[in-house]
Amino acid sequence: MARSNHPHPSEVTPESIYLNRRAFIKRAAAAGIGGTLVAGGVWARQKDAPRVEGTSDDELTPWETVTGYNNFYEFGTGKSDPKRNAQNFRTDPWSIEVTGEVSEERTFALDELMDGLTVDERIYRMRCVEGWSMVIPWNGIMLKDLIERLGPTEEANYVEFTTLLDRRQMPGQNSPILPWPYVEALRMDEALHPLTILATGVYGKDLPPQNGAPIRLVVPWKYGFKGAKSIVRIRFTKRQPRTTWNEAIPREYGFYANVNPNVDHPRWSQATERRLGEFFRRDTLMFNGYDEVAPLYEGMDLARYY
Amino acid sequence: MPITSPISSAPATKDWVPAAKVGVWAVLLAPIAILADRIFLFGQFTGGDFVDDPVELIQHWTGTASMIVLLLTLAITPFRLLSGINKVQRFRRLLGLFSFLYASLHVFSYFIFDQRMQLGPIAEDVLERNWILVGFLAWVLLIPLAVTSTSGWIRRMGGKRWNRLHKLIYPAGGLIVLHFLWQTKVLETEPLVYTAVLLVLFIARWWVRR
Repeated sequence: MARSNHPHPSEVTPESIYLNRRAFIKRAAAAGIGGTLVAGGVWARQKDAPRVEGTSDDELTPWETVTGYNNFYEFGTGKSDPKRNAQNFRTDPWSIEVTGEVSEERTFALDELMDGLTVDERIYRMRCVEGWSMVIPWNGIMLKDLIERLGPTEEANYVEFTTLLDRRQMPGQNSPILPWPYVEALRMDEALHPLTILATGVYGKDLPPQNGAPIRLVVPWKYGFKGAKSIVRIRFTKRQPRTTWNEAIPREYGFYANVNPNVDHPRWSQATERRLGEFFRRDTLMFNGYDEVAPLYEGMDLARYY
Repeated sequence: MPITSPISSAPATKDWVPAAKVGVWAVLLAPIAILADRIFLFGQFTGGDFVDDPVELIQHWTGTASMIVLLLTLAITPFRLLSGINKVQRFRRLLGLFSFLYASLHVFSYFIFDQRMQLGPIAEDVLERNWILVGFLAWVLLIPLAVTSTSGWIRRMGGKRWNRLHKLIYPAGGLIVLHFLWQTKVLETEPLVYTAVLLVLFIARWWVRR
């Protein structure tokens, strides 16, 4: 496949972001780092970061961290590997296959699939199963809107998302650390919940490749690994699909993966988390603080269905 | 009376050890200086990427530094026996103490930043999680070695008992590597490299003493 010579928009650091970073560094230095440290460890603040009402009051995690500290094993297991290895990732053209228990099985161009759906900004907390968290301003569509457009059948109880399998572009897929391609899934009621989105942007810009361009799942009350990136297939199923981390290490990673401070990972506590940039850990909240999803799991033993 | 090595028996040359020690000190302190620059001065002097998670960086660097310096400490004796440069022996205590310093910074960054010095949660975490327990034990094993590292202690204990006690560095080395291997989500190359180095050093000791 020939690669075009002109740079993809995602390769160019927008000037505004570059300038912001300079300003931020100057400001942090001027503010006196010592004072900030004593004040309780909020370290990398962006004071004039944009805010959207009714989503999250937390300080936004800086752009550098959101786009430079990523778990995307397709591009390497180190946190800075994805940014380094994903810059030439091709996201145009991009198509998504819709299959399984759906009124019409077919492949859509991404633009066609998104056409007419409303892209909102959502500021969500993101809690990684490893014990760190961020606050991210996503831009995306409600998954609910897309599912309603696609029209799953009565038999559809789950939705499955598959990441691109391309060993040439995604060097991490050459090592057998996980069963590729990456697959994640949601129960239908979880998928239809208004908090669940498919993100196509972050900080008002197109999603950088290291964040799962061109389209990825975001489920804010679940651990980050549920958010499948660079999605090429959406499949509606009757039975619970197998999912990648659950298949790899079932004892450590469940299908549900709801953020839960009371259910520890076998190797570490989930009671606290480190918000990136802060020095001291903070308490982890049930459902990552999104209590409105609790009714989805009424009567379920969440220690068993972790 | 210092024993003259058969190789460097040329007419009493200047002792190069004190000068070399200055350099070794500088190298051993460099990780702390770079960490401080990257975290508090945004890499003004040493560059590097934006630090997303300063505590993770502190813990990774101090842990890695402790392990590398411990491996270097273990390498001294086989190196001396193979090369005949006996003076390297005089760096062993310095290296061992720096390994302990980094291990202590590593452990205390966990006590302070992760656990806010609360003894209950610390005890629970250490006892419940094998990889933390293993790392903690490695640090505990290094404590008596650091304490008895002075000439006074060597004299008081007698060389034989002192030597026996200081064999604890082997299990400590094994536990540190295990601690690193165990904390990754999937098997990664870096901890395997350190495991291999440790095994090579063990084999080298056995080989030269055979």
